[in-house]
Formats: sequence, structure tokens, C-alpha cells
Amino acid sequence: MAKIKKHSIFIDMTAMSDVTVLLLTFFMLTSTFLPQEPVRVTAPASVMEIKVPEYNVMNILVDLQGKIFLNIDRPEVRMEALEKMSEEYGVTLNDRQKKVFMEQPFIGVPMNRLPAFLDLPLREQDEAMRQHGIPSDSINNQFIGWIQKAREIDNEMKITLKADQSTPYPLIESVMKDLVKIKANRYSLVTVLKGAPEGF
Amino acid sequence: MANIDTGGDEVKKGKPKQETLRVDFTPMVDMNMLLITFFMLVTTLSKPQVMDIAMPSDQKIEDALAPKVKESRAITLLLGEDDKVYYYLGKLDESAYSDYTVLKETTYSSNTSNEGLRSILLERNAEAVNQMRDLKLERAEKGNRMSEEEFNERSREIKGDVDALTVIIKPMANSNYKNLVDALDEMQICSVGKYAIVDVTEGDLFLVENYKAQGAYSSVK
Repeated sequence: MAKIKKHSIFIDMTAMSDVTVLLLTFFMLTSTFLPQEPVRVTAPASVMEIKVPEYNVMNILVDLQGKIFLNIDRPEVRMEALEKMSEEYGVTLNDRQKKVFMEQPFIGVPMNRLPAFLDLPLREQDEAMRQHGIPSDSINNQFIGWIQKAREIDNEMKITLKADQSTPYPLIESVMKDLVKIKANRYSLVTVLKGAPEGF
Repeated sequence: MANIDTGGDEVKKGKPKQETLRVDFTPMVDMNMLLITFFMLVTTLSKPQVMDIAMPSDQKIEDALAPKVKESRAITLLLGEDDKVYYYLGKLDESAYSDYTVLKETTYSSNTSNEGLRSILLERNAEAVNQMRDLKLERAEKGNRMSEEEFNERSREIKGDVDALTVIIKPMANSNYKNLVDALDEMQICSVGKYAIVDVTEGDLFLVENYKAQGAYSSVK
């Protein structure tokens, strides 16, 4: 019997590994983590192709019931706005509560409930926030307060408004009216892209 | 590639023994693939778009400063329930309110061949639409030679023409946010430069009710 020479099949994976590391680097660098939104909304579609501004943005989120949540992207502005708001509403927060506030991407509770809310464990906060929203009625309009404070700190901040497509118009209208009241006449509506029709 | 030649260091008898040290990269690739999958799933490649709007200030401005609009070139859209749009042309006189036929109903249909909102706007704004189309063609031909500023400047000129269509959007209480965005979107598509979001008036509500009742309201009066 002839001796069968044993050949071990060895596929060199080094090149493959190089490629995957490159891809991995690409994805890690390009990925931007969006702040987790307390409520899930479906933005309406439009043909506009302007992208959401990347920096120095206030994002107003309106859910189906008209509850308002606010995200201020720059941490220093958010901190200052919090200090001004807590001064105005006579709320005192300790350092731990402030730290938790900075970790939570969205603002969405009335000022008087803020300390208790920040003491909750993180995973219960989302649920609690969903039930509140920033009050924006005519007697107690903290929503205007937040926006005004943030604009006092930086007047160049852009405002974007994101709402669910099936939100009844009166709820949106009240938000728009509030913005006009504080002379924030220019803002952007967040939409998702739908292809423009041919020939336009 | 992944093998390190250690050489035959112990030469004792006869031929030297060669040993190669191979590193198996397969688990490394597996792990990388998993990480790539993770990053691909969590990244949002499509960033949402924004639509810039400028709302009118709530302060009264002097008549002399108020923008001049030709009444005959105005169209008022009343956004209603169930994706319905009611519209009337120009400014209505006292007497016109009793006539329910001044108000017409349409849909957000994007089909240009039927009587959707888009076909109405395109027809009324034909001149501006054609000019914008020419301008876009010109830009496509010239390529980089036409700067963004020049393009914006000229499109503003076309849209701001005195004879260009003016659209007044009045969303009613039973419309939703999508209706508003759809209406604003049509402004973009149909090259309407002058449009405004305005509150509904009692007169408008009367018109819609009268239209739905086929004139029954005005005959009672």
C-alpha cells in the first residue's frame, strides 16, 4: 500500500481578519448613537433632503397624547438650564441627582417631581417619564421655561420638532403657539425621506 | 503569514527539524464578524431629514410693512378629517359664503393626472414650476459653475414673484400632523414660495359645514 501523504488543509485567516478589523473600525467611527427616546414616534415622510443638524440642537418630542419631552444635546447647556430652572421653581437637587439628570437624555418631568424622579432606579425612569411629560398648560408652562433658559445661554441653538404623524393637529398647534410666544419663529420639523416625484 | 518559523534549533542527528508555529485566526474573524454585525444593527445609517419652517410672529405689523399678496393668486387650503382637503380660491365676499359650491374638496393624492392637491397647485402655479424646472436643468448642465448661492437667489426670485401662487394653509382641529407636513411638502414640490400656516376662522368652519350639508345651512339662514 502506498503511503498516503497527509496534507493538513490550513486556510490562512489573517487576510480575512484584516478585512473584518477594517470594517469594524469603519462602523465604529461612523456610528452615532441616537439618544434613546422615551416614546416611540413615527415621523411623517417628506421630500426634503436637508439633514438634521448635528450639533447645538434642542429636540422637542411630542407623543400621541401631546406630552412633551425635550432633549438638549450640549451637556453644559443642559446643566445650566437645569440650574436656572431649579432656581426659578425652588427645587434643590443634590450632586447625585444632578449626575443622574445628565445621564438621562430627555427631560420630561415637571420640576416639582424632578428630585423624586431622579432618585428612582434608572430602569424605572423611562416608564415614569412616559407618564409625565413637561407641563405646558397656560398656568404652569415649564416647557416655555426650558426653551427660554436654553436660548438665554445660547441664542444660536436650533430647535427641531419631532412628532408622530397621527398626532391630532391641536396638540401640535399648542406647541407651535408656545414657540411663537417666545419668538422662536424658525424651527425645523423632523421628517423621514420619501423620494421626490419625477421631474421636480 | 500567520506562521512563525522557529527554525531547527536542536540539531542533533542528521537533518535539522523544521517546525512552524501557526496561529489560527479563525476565532478572531468570528469575533470580528459578530462585532461588525452588532455595529451594523445599532447604527442609524439614514439620518432623519428636517423641514425648515418659519412661523409668522404673533405681533401686529404695520400695514405698510405687511407683505403684499394678490388676492386673485391666493388659494386657501382647509385641512380636514380623514385626509380630506377643502380649498377655495381668492378672497371670499360676504355673498360667497352662502354658496356652498365655492368650496371644493380634494385629497393629498400625488397623482398628477387626477384632481389631487398636487395637480391643482401645479396647474395654478404653472409658470413658477416651469421656471424652476428650467433653472434646475440649467444647473444640471452647468454643473459646478453655478454656485449654491446663485441657485438659491434665483429660485427665491422665481418663487417670490408677485404673480406667483400664494397658499394659505389652515389646518382644522380634526386634521393631524401628517396632513400638515403633507401640505407643506406639496409647497416644496410645486415650487410655492409664499405660504403660511394660519388659524382657521369661523367663516371657514361655516363653509366646510355648509359644504358637507350641501348648502342646507345657508338656506336656513
